[in-house]
Amino acid sequence: MNFSRNLALKYSVFSLARNAFSHHERWPEAWRSPDPKAEYDVIIVGAGGHGLATAYYLAKEHGISNVAVVEKGWLGGGNTGRNTTIVRSNYLLDANARFYEFSLKLWEGLSRDLNFNLMFSQRGVINLAHSDPQLDAYARRGNAMRLNGIDAELLSREEIQRRVPLLDCSRKARFPITGGLLQPRGGVARHDAVAWGFARAADARGVDIIQNCEVTGIHKQGNRVTGVETTRGYIGARKIGLAVAGNSSRLAAMAGVTLPIESHVLQAMVTEPLKPVLHTVVTSGASHLYISQTDKGEILMGGDLDGYNSYAQRGNLPLIEHVIQAAVSLFPFLSRTRLMRTWGGVMDMTMDGSPIIGKLPVEGLYMNGGWCYGGFKATPGSGWVFAWTLAKDQPHELNAAFNLDRFHSGWLLDEKGAGATPGAH
Amino acid sequence: MLLIECPYCGARAQIEFTYGGDATLSRPGDLSAVETKEWLDFVYLRENPRGPHIEWWHHSAGCRRWFKVRRDTLSHEISATGTPDSNLGSGSV
Repeated sequence: MNFSRNLALKYSVFSLARNAFSHHERWPEAWRSPDPKAEYDVIIVGAGGHGLATAYYLAKEHGISNVAVVEKGWLGGGNTGRNTTIVRSNYLLDANARFYEFSLKLWEGLSRDLNFNLMFSQRGVINLAHSDPQLDAYARRGNAMRLNGIDAELLSREEIQRRVPLLDCSRKARFPITGGLLQPRGGVARHDAVAWGFARAADARGVDIIQNCEVTGIHKQGNRVTGVETTRGYIGARKIGLAVAGNSSRLAAMAGVTLPIESHVLQAMVTEPLKPVLHTVVTSGASHLYISQTDKGEILMGGDLDGYNSYAQRGNLPLIEHVIQAAVSLFPFLSRTRLMRTWGGVMDMTMDGSPIIGKLPVEGLYMNGGWCYGGFKATPGSGWVFAWTLAKDQPHELNAAFNLDRFHSGWLLDEKGAGATPGAH
Repeated sequence: MLLIECPYCGARAQIEFTYGGDATLSRPGDLSAVETKEWLDFVYLRENPRGPHIEWWHHSAGCRRWFKVRRDTLSHEISATGTPDSNLGSGSV
């Protein structure tokens, strides 16, 4: 990658003005589409946010740029483009809190770092409490967050009503609100831009992004990986990193590894666009709802899993009805708003609700997955620690607790205390 | 909406049922004779196939009995249901 190409690729108010003269028809491509080389130092499987972030940090932090990111479909077409874009670090357990807070700090400088506007908006995330015990639990969580250096504020019902005027905070509500926990630095980001920004920045550092290239097998010599079989032929690799959340079990099985994961479908939906009415992210564990308003004006909602193993990327109507009921009970004004779109994504649901980022029991094979509902907010932090793990052949202290061995050593990270029931996390 | 054929009650809507997970797992036998690893594998590890999956469902808003379903996890198509002692084949192809 030469200097002049990098300069031509730099986005700024000047490049915007320059391209306006050519009616925006001569913007250079944001990333190349090279043919795969015979061999790479590292192959990342999956060009979603996590895989692309991993490739970017491998090149930037560790000087490893002989890297390919192979993707079966198109870049960012999986869960990166299907989530509800919420970014937060309001976790109770130390290992989770530190990791997600590290990720949130990366988010805060990421648009500048990538020279790509991720539309990261720290509009706050409010968790609603619907009973006194739940508010006590949020006070405990808020205290735990503060002990880990994370911002947290306990809100009264009146304060929540002031911040979210259209929320039904009356005593007559179906699930009356007693208060809530706010993380002011939480918010949302433009999810597609995260994939595009990391792809462009990784490509500029020499990473090959190879789309429409599905991995169909993992080659081993003894207990060491040697490369991947793909729909575009064999590609050799010294190390392979799986970043294919939703399909981690299938890829690990190609190397003979069985994971503590079930794949489940999770749906999300948007209404028609409205004028600005909802200025923060609001979640309600009791009603199974998280809701925010996009920059386009749509009310964006999600809820629980459909509840059965699925790789379908689409769900069923009972769950959609459930989410809408919860939304209308909390925000009565939504009852006459039309639903515009629903979609589904496939979640890696682990047995303790926490991710797996680390080495697999095959030499040279690593995984980054098991994200359950929560992968989007982790994208930069996950890429950063996964790149470290790939480069140094050992986990960083931030992802040491996310090892695969914990299911056999007993060091589970069960944030919700739900036990080995993947659909319940 | 899935239409699920309860072997005891007949075809009913999905909302009458609760999912119970992989039905191909077999609980290790005599506790004292089994290695810890075998137990942990039983509790945590799943084949998680993309395709036919043999699974438990509970007719929780009906007869409240458990039964087996053979369902494709990619298409959601249900190809067979049966009582707990029935053999619906293997989960993965």
